[in-house]
Amino acid sequence: MSQRFHWLFFLALAAIPALPMGTDRGFVLLLLTRAIIAAIAAIGLAFIVGAGGLISFGHAAFVAIGAYTVAMLDAAGYNFLPAVLPAALIAGALFAAATGAVALRTRGVNFIMITLAFAQMVFFTLGSLDSYGGDDGYTLAARSAMLGWQPLRTPAGIYLTSLLALAACYFLSRTLIASRFGRILRALRQNRARVQTLGFNVFAMELTAYTIAGAIAALSGVLLANATEFVVPAYASWQRSGEFLVMVILGGAARASGAPMGAIIGAFAVVLAEEGLARVTEHWRLIFGPALVLAVLLARRPTA
Amino acid sequence: MTATLLAVQALNGLQLGLLLFLIAAGLSLVFGVMDFLNLAHGVQYMLGAYLAVTCAAWAGSFWAGVALAVPLAGIIALVLEFLVFRQLYRRSHLDQVLATFGIILTMNEAVRWFWGAVPLRADMPDLLSGSFEIMPGLRYPIYRVALIATGLGVAAVLAWVIGRTRAGMWIRAGATHPDIVAALGVNIDRVFLGVIGVGAMLAGFAGALAAPLVSVEPGMGDNLLILAFVVIVIGGTGSIRGAFAGALLVGLVDTIGRALTTEILKIALGASGAARVGPALASMLIYLVMAAVLAVRPAGLFTARA
Repeated sequence: MSQRFHWLFFLALAAIPALPMGTDRGFVLLLLTRAIIAAIAAIGLAFIVGAGGLISFGHAAFVAIGAYTVAMLDAAGYNFLPAVLPAALIAGALFAAATGAVALRTRGVNFIMITLAFAQMVFFTLGSLDSYGGDDGYTLAARSAMLGWQPLRTPAGIYLTSLLALAACYFLSRTLIASRFGRILRALRQNRARVQTLGFNVFAMELTAYTIAGAIAALSGVLLANATEFVVPAYASWQRSGEFLVMVILGGAARASGAPMGAIIGAFAVVLAEEGLARVTEHWRLIFGPALVLAVLLARRPTA
Repeated sequence: MTATLLAVQALNGLQLGLLLFLIAAGLSLVFGVMDFLNLAHGVQYMLGAYLAVTCAAWAGSFWAGVALAVPLAGIIALVLEFLVFRQLYRRSHLDQVLATFGIILTMNEAVRWFWGAVPLRADMPDLLSGSFEIMPGLRYPIYRVALIATGLGVAAVLAWVIGRTRAGMWIRAGATHPDIVAALGVNIDRVFLGVIGVGAMLAGFAGALAAPLVSVEPGMGDNLLILAFVVIVIGGTGSIRGAFAGALLVGLVDTIGRALTTEILKIALGASGAARVGPALASMLIYLVMAAVLAVRPAGLFTARA
């Protein structure tokens, strides 16, 4: 797909709030906002899975950390977006750097299990925070704002803000993948020993990639907290981490290029499919689960 | 915090550890022997519990419930092996994770559809209900003691099978050199099938035994699956000894940690500070232990592969 087509894709999404939708407008915009927010996190995951070959099964934890940063600052009386956003990004990046430093000591399946375990740690820790509602979650007193200007107040406002963030992450990811750093990551995935022999600090490269993905997921969490005006430990649940992986793989973004557009399409497909199936039956997972198994079994992919 | 209370927590930790061992042993063997990461292993634990409750109600006896639930869990695993797992052995770990994740979603929802979302209660057998005095001033439920004894017994049998029998030799050899084992005339596929079936029955057995102690609900296997992962990461993949050591460590650290963390923090932070930080820190303890083990030995404490 050409660069021009991608611009058109974002412009088309930006035009959606202007469409006449009648009473469904709020619902449609919130649904699309959820898809966009999931897509932001998926882009970060696609970057480490696709370009770096690091299969993280704990991506939802970073989203939750971003969301809880909003909640904690909200409880303390701060909702100034230019302060909340950097705080959340730093929190996500720090947690990614700390857990990544441990997890990246291992490879393959152990990496999958350790990232999952760290995400569970976040999940249970958030659930034990009684001052933020424990397992029941915490309702924000106010959405993040900027000195009286409240871009996140209306459905269209949060939709467009999320879309702007998505576009920014998309172009950031493309730039990173095309950069020297991104090329080394891709080389790493193909032949680790050679890259090491060439003298690159492999651990630092992977940790940097992992940290960037954590910060992007935290951004997604900030938007999620603002869109729902609510945070809950379930944001870090391992089913969510699994769903992010599904989005990335179904979008084909796990291929070597780590194509961010694949992650976006995968996220939209999963969020909309879940919503659609949930309307048909309460037990929509009985359709979604087997469909996922079939999709994996029928896909003829070279083993990664 | 008295010594008695500490002893009770230690016994509870031992019991959780042995339960974890039953799950982690199967997971670790399947992964060690077949290089197959089966996220759906926790489903067997859940099915074991549900089948035990239903069969016990149908047969009117706890023992019949357990005796029926274990082979049924094994049969379900073999059906899943035939339909799905078999296609995944030679695929990437990513494919294995996704497909078995799909199975978890399906089975959790199937259980919710079939048995309902309301947690079920399982009754203890009369023979094992009640408690007795294991030391002066310390009464402990008989059922939990029986669970500890059973767990230790299964661990001993498993260690004997893996270490001393011909089938165990195939399993150990299959973990390191599957092609050579096959070339020597062993039907390695049948060994794989056996490992899957036995692993599933162990997890189902754990679920059936745990049913009277926990609430039997959809998704109950998920958290134990993740704890089993921590066990395997700590113990080293493919090693029964590692799974045993890791399971006991995780069980004891988690249980005793939850009891002691707040008490210890009180000394440093005062009562209100400890009440706030304690529960959060306690739930992180096993992951901190895991991180510490990995920092020293990235491959885990015991490794099957040289």
